[in-house]
Amino acid sequence: MAEAKRLPATPEIRERWGNFAWTPANEKQVAVVIGRYPPGRQQSAIIPLLDLAQRQIGAETNTQGWLPIPVIETIAHQLGMPPIRAYEVATFYTMFNLAPVGRFHVQVCGTTPCMLRGSDDVLEACYKKGLKKGSTTDDGLFTLTEVECLGACANAPMVQINDDNFEDLTFDSMTAVLDALAKGESPKAGPQIERQTSCPEGGPTSLPEMAGANHDYRGSWS
Amino acid sequence: MLEDKDRIFTNVYGFQPWNLKAALKRGDWDDTKALMASGPDAIIEIVKESGLRGRGGAGFPTGMKWSFMPKEPKEGKPNFLVINADESEPGSCKDREIIRHDPHKLIEGALLAGFAMRARAAYIYIRGEFIREAETLFAAVQEAYDAGLLGKNAAKSGYDFDLFVHRGAGAYICGEETAMLESLEGKKGQPRLKPPFPAGAGLYGCPTTVNNVESIAVVPTILRRGAAWFKSFGREKNEGTKLFQISGHVNKPCVVEEAMSIPFRELIDRHAGGIRGGWDNLLAVIPGGSSVPLVPAAQIMDAPMDFDGLKALGSGLGTAAVIVMDKSTDIVRAISRISYFYKHESCGQCTPCREGTGWMWRVMERLREGDAQIHEIDTLLDVTKQVEGHTICALGDAAAWPIQGLIRHFRPELERRIIDRQGQQLEAAE
Repeated sequence: MAEAKRLPATPEIRERWGNFAWTPANEKQVAVVIGRYPPGRQQSAIIPLLDLAQRQIGAETNTQGWLPIPVIETIAHQLGMPPIRAYEVATFYTMFNLAPVGRFHVQVCGTTPCMLRGSDDVLEACYKKGLKKGSTTDDGLFTLTEVECLGACANAPMVQINDDNFEDLTFDSMTAVLDALAKGESPKAGPQIERQTSCPEGGPTSLPEMAGANHDYRGSWS
Repeated sequence: MLEDKDRIFTNVYGFQPWNLKAALKRGDWDDTKALMASGPDAIIEIVKESGLRGRGGAGFPTGMKWSFMPKEPKEGKPNFLVINADESEPGSCKDREIIRHDPHKLIEGALLAGFAMRARAAYIYIRGEFIREAETLFAAVQEAYDAGLLGKNAAKSGYDFDLFVHRGAGAYICGEETAMLESLEGKKGQPRLKPPFPAGAGLYGCPTTVNNVESIAVVPTILRRGAAWFKSFGREKNEGTKLFQISGHVNKPCVVEEAMSIPFRELIDRHAGGIRGGWDNLLAVIPGGSSVPLVPAAQIMDAPMDFDGLKALGSGLGTAAVIVMDKSTDIVRAISRISYFYKHESCGQCTPCREGTGWMWRVMERLREGDAQIHEIDTLLDVTKQVEGHTICALGDAAAWPIQGLIRHFRPELERRIIDRQGQQLEAAE
């Protein structure tokens, strides 16, 4: 369960976020999201809407966003659920930030499959650049979090930065990714070695035709 | 070895586009209406006959699971299909490849499975961290709607069927089926007591079946090629093809579809470039994702990779997430890191798990350094037995088993660390 930092609803935070409102584009998206669930079951939309709010706040603050308590309350009200039920959700799921984070949220996977392939080196590269677990750098650029398995184990070690994965990392390639981001560049996501997604390095051991063209194997079905 | 013509996920590496146009060319959505023409019960029979066992870890027969659903849903209590795409078991990364590279196999499978179990709607619950994957899935579902393959008169079958994508937000426990339903209802993901089972009262209190992504995505091909075709791979009661995910100390980690029951050595040599440093350098393997006990090198080398073969070794196939560890591995740290994972992911509902996972992890960390007494190994083993089987869901078991596996196979290593440390302390005292 989430053990990350939380900010209480101080008067300042209520003042700043008490009048949270969706942008016109997100207002439309809210209706789309609620429409996915049966009538009367709009509480099902709480996770997608908290995510949408966090992203909207991220866009407003040029960070990865967070969820101030007044915002959680506003969404609870919109869905007709008691605020505590929404707060319960916001504090249960690790992707909800309950305190501000930086422009880049560097989430290093440290679980065993990544650990076996060198996640210590990936973390070391972060430390060398001045990142510290659980905090944001003074320039507001990087927040570092060690996270649990992100489901890309055949491309370990990996890190998720904002919405993208960077995979098959080493100390050097992780350093290069952080340098590029600090310079305002957009480093290429995915494997950081010569490799097609989760295909074995050096080329496929199966389905070689697919590498060249969209092959239809039905002709050889018996 | 499985021949390419018998591989279901032909675009597993995403060399080609995932989109509908490309998927159609690969054979997806080919006269789906005809597959539905024989009726829902015929589909269930074929899936039963194919021997397909659930690909999410437990291995329950898929067709039988579907047959538990009411044949005539009551007014106001519609049947639901929920597809588990909350792939979070350490080592597992197969559903990700289906979703981002072959999503139409999953979507077509959802229609066929939903039709078979008389569901009018399905939800795909995808883990929140699969951000790009979810973008692809949303887009693929939209393509299917736009082409008339979902919605009213889906694929011109005369059957109305809706499919929705729902993103989670970071919680391993939501992969447990009843926690997933809680989460889908907009609550924190804490597992429900069973019974009632989801087929009786699941999502919104309605009959529900929860299936893994891979279990659903193989269905269209099984229906097209027949139960006998699928059943021709693997050993009895372990039939079919399977996506294996090979991580850790192999030369070329990868995801690959193979025949069930393929020997471990063949799987690794053929697709993963062998063990790093050669076969003599293999220490142990976690063959089915973090929650199954490890198997020492000598026992696994020639073992068949299937449900019963790995069960016979005191482990399990789980999700077929194969985590390989060579002799450079600090095996105690490797397992302790798994203990930390379960401590982090315990939902806190049941005391044995809430307290036990943290306790076990702290002892594991001391054992890592040898900072313990020999008898504490047995105390730890005893505690794992008190957690196992005493919680609502299997997370407690999953936290206990890796430690039990470590003690079963590596007790001398645990003792060595304790004795070494005591020796060092004596030296320092002199």
